[in-house]
Amino acid sequence: MQQPFTSTPDAAKLNEVLQQVAGHKGCGTSGGGKASYGSGAGSSDLPPEVWEKVKNHPCYSEEAHHHYARMHVAVAPACNIQCNYCNRKYDCANESRPGVVSEKLTPEQAAKKVLAVASTIPQMTVLGIAGPGDPLANPEKTFRTFELISKTAPDIKLCLSTNGLALPDHVDTIAKFKVDHVTITINMVDAQIGQHIYPWVYWRHKRYVGKEAAQLLSERQLMGLEMLTARGILCKVNSVMIPGINDQHLVEVNRAVKSRGAFLHNIMPLISAPEHGTAFGLNGQRGPSARELKALQDSCEGEMNMMRHCRQCRADAVGLLGEDRSAEFTTEKIMAMEVNYDSATRKAYQATVEVERQAKVAARQREFDTLAGANSDLKLLIAVATRGSGLVNEHFGHAKEFQVYELSTAGTKFVGHRRVDLYCQGGFGEEENLATIIRAINDCHAVFVAKIGGCPKADLRAAGIDPVDQYAGQFIEKSTLAWFKNYLDKVGSGEIVHQPRGDADIRQGAYIAA
Amino acid sequence: MPLKIIASQCTGCSACEPECPNVAITEKNGTFVINPKKCTECIGHFDTPQCIAVCPVDNTCIIDTSLPRYRPAA
Repeated sequence: MQQPFTSTPDAAKLNEVLQQVAGHKGCGTSGGGKASYGSGAGSSDLPPEVWEKVKNHPCYSEEAHHHYARMHVAVAPACNIQCNYCNRKYDCANESRPGVVSEKLTPEQAAKKVLAVASTIPQMTVLGIAGPGDPLANPEKTFRTFELISKTAPDIKLCLSTNGLALPDHVDTIAKFKVDHVTITINMVDAQIGQHIYPWVYWRHKRYVGKEAAQLLSERQLMGLEMLTARGILCKVNSVMIPGINDQHLVEVNRAVKSRGAFLHNIMPLISAPEHGTAFGLNGQRGPSARELKALQDSCEGEMNMMRHCRQCRADAVGLLGEDRSAEFTTEKIMAMEVNYDSATRKAYQATVEVERQAKVAARQREFDTLAGANSDLKLLIAVATRGSGLVNEHFGHAKEFQVYELSTAGTKFVGHRRVDLYCQGGFGEEENLATIIRAINDCHAVFVAKIGGCPKADLRAAGIDPVDQYAGQFIEKSTLAWFKNYLDKVGSGEIVHQPRGDADIRQGAYIAA
Repeated sequence: MPLKIIASQCTGCSACEPECPNVAITEKNGTFVINPKKCTECIGHFDTPQCIAVCPVDNTCIIDTSLPRYRPAA
């Protein structure tokens, strides 16, 4: 077998994994197993052909996002609309939000980048084009990129994300290139509301403004959605929650997109700060709190599958959701790389991931069975520090985000994540950062970590958050259920009194990846 | 007068390039420039100059007042 990784920094780690892969040969992947997509539903609820499309897509399957990675290539700089939460001039290496990108690529550079990343990160299964403008406002570049990749790496799933204005014109081409997944950002279905989100759209050689612009955009979005679902292409709808503008209205959007066959709805918090230079950032428009966001997502959940694990990633993001390895794959580095695409190695690696994934699901089921006798209406949130694979495996001080789960006797449910600045910087803790972290997980009763120092432990306890380090290296769902069972026992015996928690902040602005 | 692009404000997004009916816009050092000899202010093609209509940054594509006004051939 070829070793295409020797020139990369990950070579040692990957070789270690490949050793394990060798040991697992012969373990086939059934592709079955229960796994949640969006939120709590399992594969048994999905037609097999749909399950096949989502099971390894980190954005379409919550469960897959712990194991599989995606990448975006920034080949589409032009846009055909203006949104009040976007400023195309802003670009900064420390910024991580959609529409922002440091380097633009030609389709040829993008194709080489995809091969380089796929060879270095074998669990990378999805290639998306998401901007930094609108992919369908750059149709030649977008489809040329898909064409090149489908020739050289046919096992990679193709995906694109659009504002929908040009979508009806390109549905046939999308189907032709076997793009399985399309995301449409739909923030409103009412022009009265839309005029406060979109100052203008450019369509067929004319700039439209005000309600006329919003009306046109909305009609094109819904028409595009219907055309895609009629062709069996999976559609996710993204909506930006803008308090006071469309927060109440998104329930109506949810019904409108569900009735047109959307598969998944992703309600995301507005990212807005004055330093972004966006219209909303400059006029002081706030984003939602963690509780407001969750309440809206919960109220839409009965209607359809909700996505809660979106990291609102950049148009050039690389890696697992929540991590950004794009700095390892700059154009300069890629052009210097000797890329050797080896689909056999990728397959073998993904087979081990599948084994790990099945083990995790089995462990959750076993633990859940022990909860069977428990009977309580109690529901609470807990935060987890993880580096992936569905394990409690990150130190408190090294966590760049915490995953949030809701625990109840119905089981454990992923409900979101909170981005934070590192607590531990070069060996000592930053008190100011600790306060920010506590605010970010202030709605949680406990935080699960692989390890934590004495000082932050005491401060967390003082804030009413239980630091839990006894499940280091174990599966998240199994661990949290075991802890929850114990918690219920203690509440039952009167040893502790269950207290409700407060609200939490959603991190705004730049985060430092280093 | 033809149009010009204020380079310091241009994001280099390329949206204007394919919209120009005169193929007057090209990339130069990461931003875009309009060839004044080719620009017709979109007269005879569209009601408004397309580069202005599609540009994401206000007042970046503007009339170049240092040059004589474009006159369509009679």
